[in-house]
Amino acid sequence: MYQKSIADQAKGLRAKEFSSEELTREYLDRIKRFDPQLNSYITVVADFAMAQARIADERIAKGDAGPMTGIPLAQKDIFCTNGVRTSCGSKMLDNFIAPYDATVVERFNQAGAVMLGKTNMDEFAMGSSNETSFYGPVKNPWDTKTVPGGSSGGSAASVAARLAAGATGTDTGGSIRQPAALCGITGIKPTYGRVSRYGMIAFASSLDQAGIMTQTAEDSAMMLNVMAGFDERDSTSLDKPVPDYTANLNNDFKGLKIGLPKEYFAEGLDSGVASVVEAAINEYKKLGAEIVDISLPNSSLSVPAYYVVAPAECSSNLSRFDGVRFGYRCEDPKDLEDLYTRSRGEGFGPEVKRRIMVGAYALSAGYYDAYYLKAQKIRRLISDDFKQALNQVDVIMAPTTPTVAFNIGEKVDDPITMYLSDINTIAVNLAGLPGMSIPAGFSQNLPVGLQIIGNYFDESRLLNVAHQYQQVTDWHTQIPKGFE
Amino acid sequence: MSLDNSEVKRIAHLARLVIDEQDISIYAHNLSNILDLVEQMSSVPTDDVAPMAHPLDTLQRLREDKVTETNQRDHFQLVAPQVENGLYLVPRVIE
Repeated sequence: MYQKSIADQAKGLRAKEFSSEELTREYLDRIKRFDPQLNSYITVVADFAMAQARIADERIAKGDAGPMTGIPLAQKDIFCTNGVRTSCGSKMLDNFIAPYDATVVERFNQAGAVMLGKTNMDEFAMGSSNETSFYGPVKNPWDTKTVPGGSSGGSAASVAARLAAGATGTDTGGSIRQPAALCGITGIKPTYGRVSRYGMIAFASSLDQAGIMTQTAEDSAMMLNVMAGFDERDSTSLDKPVPDYTANLNNDFKGLKIGLPKEYFAEGLDSGVASVVEAAINEYKKLGAEIVDISLPNSSLSVPAYYVVAPAECSSNLSRFDGVRFGYRCEDPKDLEDLYTRSRGEGFGPEVKRRIMVGAYALSAGYYDAYYLKAQKIRRLISDDFKQALNQVDVIMAPTTPTVAFNIGEKVDDPITMYLSDINTIAVNLAGLPGMSIPAGFSQNLPVGLQIIGNYFDESRLLNVAHQYQQVTDWHTQIPKGFE
Repeated sequence: MSLDNSEVKRIAHLARLVIDEQDISIYAHNLSNILDLVEQMSSVPTDDVAPMAHPLDTLQRLREDKVTETNQRDHFQLVAPQVENGLYLVPRVIE
């Protein structure tokens, strides 16, 4: 059962070929057997999952089931889950039992999906390799010496190793697309504001967006149908109608204009990755797409602008962790100042502290204009580049990452090198556009991702473009050796 | 851009973070590198560019000023490090 996509599992459940209890039990057994090698889960909720599965089976028997009813999923440990530890990968929240559900979690509960557990992640979603987690690094199932990417590294590894049928992720600078690429799965970051951020622990509020990691584009469409939509509890949630994301999957896209930005195919791109992406583009030509050379001239400024905007917003958002109302508190504080500074100093790891400090500096008196305001202006330039390009073409394609997965420990002591591993994904967050990564092949026996970027609220088209490719290729069905 | 140890201490104080003495120079080194990376922005003329705070330039949604939440103080205080009679306890501030 575990090899099947969500779409096929849903059919099997509906046809009574197997029950959600049997399906859930199979995933729980697989987690027990394989996850010690990967560390992709922080918390597994076996009893809770089995109880949800029994309820799902009752709903299916009564004919009261939706497409996601009974499907076993994993939630990134950034989403609050009522009564279940929500750690955000941090010592700061190691003891935090969330007192409410995030909207995303609530919607999956209503849809009857099963939650297997909470997946590992970079601490507070700050990282590109899942090495900043308080719970230790996640390993890439394609080669356990390498990283799965981050920050949604646990979600990516669990889906790649088939330890969940699908998983949620969040993407602030590439945290869904980059790990999806490095683990050989499909990932989508919807338009900023498309999915509610309520109950999703905030990192950089003008960039954060919840999304999905699955085997196939069709599965992503099914999950997005549950997640997308207005939520009055999130002040940045957008009140726009939600289409049925599965409706256009089979559309013929003959004449689709695909833009290839030259800046994403320049120096720094690994030649193995380049040839895999080239082959994927050729496949699109065969499917009837037209290729257009485009330019996004301000691309090189996206990493610098991001490393002002994201830290500034993080320093503000993470000020709520003060050792008073929830989370870690230091031992024997001698006064209030000591309580704040030691709880935060001991509760946060080095990468989080670095980013808080960069943000505090950028926002401090006398520096605001030179840093935050300047970065917001650069952000406009980057966004305008995309606007112009998307007037010419329907979608933009590029490699999701410049290289395949790197080794654990390789970049961990050098923040700048680590930051540059997100060079192809960050601009999309600054612009707020939807983006996907789909498996496009292998280089050095490791997966390569093809990134597809579209216009605001054009998720349906991205999913259609991805789905059509997956009808003629089988990269997305491959399971890493040793996890069959 | 190069930050010295005293600037790192000042920033740590602004951010209410204790940094171990032996780590200060590592932070100084890493933060300086990050600020160097960020510095690339300064060569780009942006005088006529409007800052972008929201990807869709949407304004903050407003709602009517009325109570919509129910009181769940006891429930929320279950995760607090130290409470008494519904109050959060911290070290004494006023002698």
